[in-house]
Amino acid sequence: MNTARAIAAAVNGGAPARAAVEISLARAEADTHNAIIRIHRERALNAADAVQARVKAGEFLPLAGVPIVVKDNISVRGMPATACSKILTGYVAPFNATAVERLEAAGAVVVATSNMDEFAMGSSNETSVFGPVRNPVDPTRIPGGSSGGSAAAVVAGIAPIALGSDTGGSIRQPASLCGCVGLKPTYGMVSRHGLIAFGSSLDQIGPLTTTVDDAALCLDIMAGTDIHDSTSAPRQHVALAPMLAGDPIAAIKGLRVGFVPEHREGLQPEVRARLDSTLESLRKAGAELVEVHVPHERYAIAVYYIVATGEAASNLARFDGVRFGHREDADSLHGMYAKTRASGFGTEVKRRIMLGTHVLSSGYYDAYYKKAMAVRRRLCDDFSAAFTKCDVLLGPTSPTTAFKVGEKTADPLTMYLSDIFTIAANLVGIPGISVPAGSDNQGLPIGLQLQAAQWGEAALLRAAAGIAALGR
Amino acid sequence: MSISEKEVRHIATLANLALSDAEIGQMTRELGAIVGYVEQLSEVDTEGVDPIAQVTGLVNVTRADEPGPMFAPREALANAPKADSVAFLVPKAVER
Repeated sequence: MNTARAIAAAVNGGAPARAAVEISLARAEADTHNAIIRIHRERALNAADAVQARVKAGEFLPLAGVPIVVKDNISVRGMPATACSKILTGYVAPFNATAVERLEAAGAVVVATSNMDEFAMGSSNETSVFGPVRNPVDPTRIPGGSSGGSAAAVVAGIAPIALGSDTGGSIRQPASLCGCVGLKPTYGMVSRHGLIAFGSSLDQIGPLTTTVDDAALCLDIMAGTDIHDSTSAPRQHVALAPMLAGDPIAAIKGLRVGFVPEHREGLQPEVRARLDSTLESLRKAGAELVEVHVPHERYAIAVYYIVATGEAASNLARFDGVRFGHREDADSLHGMYAKTRASGFGTEVKRRIMLGTHVLSSGYYDAYYKKAMAVRRRLCDDFSAAFTKCDVLLGPTSPTTAFKVGEKTADPLTMYLSDIFTIAANLVGIPGISVPAGSDNQGLPIGLQLQAAQWGEAALLRAAAGIAALGR
Repeated sequence: MSISEKEVRHIATLANLALSDAEIGQMTRELGAIVGYVEQLSEVDTEGVDPIAQVTGLVNVTRADEPGPMFAPREALANAPKADSVAFLVPKAVER
């Protein structure tokens, strides 16, 4: 599949808007990885025709005729949005998420809905009510999660852009394991309106793409304050994609690239080798390498599984069989709630609701939740200090390449630990991007993660484009 | 610190989840392991550290109190498992 930039240029230049959309629809229909759970053929073709008419009338649309795939927890008007959970069976979104609204206004065409871990709770895309997604690079392996369907769709060439959501690495980790670009913006850069909430202080919508330029192009459309999300930042977005024009390797010169020596411990050897060789290539290209330390990062997973589950337990209280989705019959109101929730949520979601309820409950709140929020503050301070010494931080996205389907499902804690490098960015609100960086000796993709200070997307994307160019 | 089966049953009640005995047993083991893992936070000295909930520094975001477009009752009720033309319908909550 062509890049979003190439498709939009062709359509703005007079090529038929249905062209890329038809290819995308055909590939979605031929999907063998369970990446796609719904295809919106009629809606997509009508939207393509509307784009065609707007272009013909003289409008320039930055994403004219670009097919996009949308994760099942992001609302698209008139289409089901179920977060891949039984409890939202039959729910049809009556409105567009702000991100979708802005992308459609820019000419993008929603072609399909992607599979995901139920309520975005998972690191392997095995908790979906629609069954696991397979990694297109090796179908015996997981694609990562929770935006596993979005990553698989991009890598399988179904669309140049797939939307994901990232609460603890759910965009970056699957991008790494499938071999594409995955960007989690600064908290508040993209409106969360229309995203089915998991952890409200952590969630961000972001793009999965094949190029850094397409990720920037997509983010530029979605970014900006929104009256429907009080946590969206009241600031003017400065377009990022134009900053990437020019020689990406020359742009690395003078960039201060931080690395954390502790990140090298416990990595699969090929991941470590790729991290080391990339740092060396950056140094040769004129970057300044800076050793930094983030002492509280080792506590990030513990903080996360208190904060995220506490927020999830509160957010998911709304699913009670009254206003939408699945309902079990019972004689009493409370019986109906409890039966509906017990049969509507999957095991992982129930586990997290239980944990979150526990850490917020009377007698435990101070010991768990309040303590976690204090450690979160210390983690924020660590990163603030690190970013006075460097412009970006480079490290691994995931300690290993893609693992086998079923390998980690028996032990939830082991699964949680696979997010060790991605979770801090959500707790601290900073942007992170995973960029492809070769493969291991079995041909499985390796991803490297860049992080920057809040609102540091310009340096982040410049460094990401540089790494992508150095790898070519 | 582990977690007892009795506590797990109490949490399930708070969370409105009618869990089976098998699920209670499984949750007791798994939550015990996770709670044991997060105990490591007690190592961190947080004396005098102000807990943080909002990381981008926003406070008290407000907007003008002006009416805007909203869903008609029919649209708002369209997703309900059970509704009449004006309300969501649920099992009886109050006994007379």
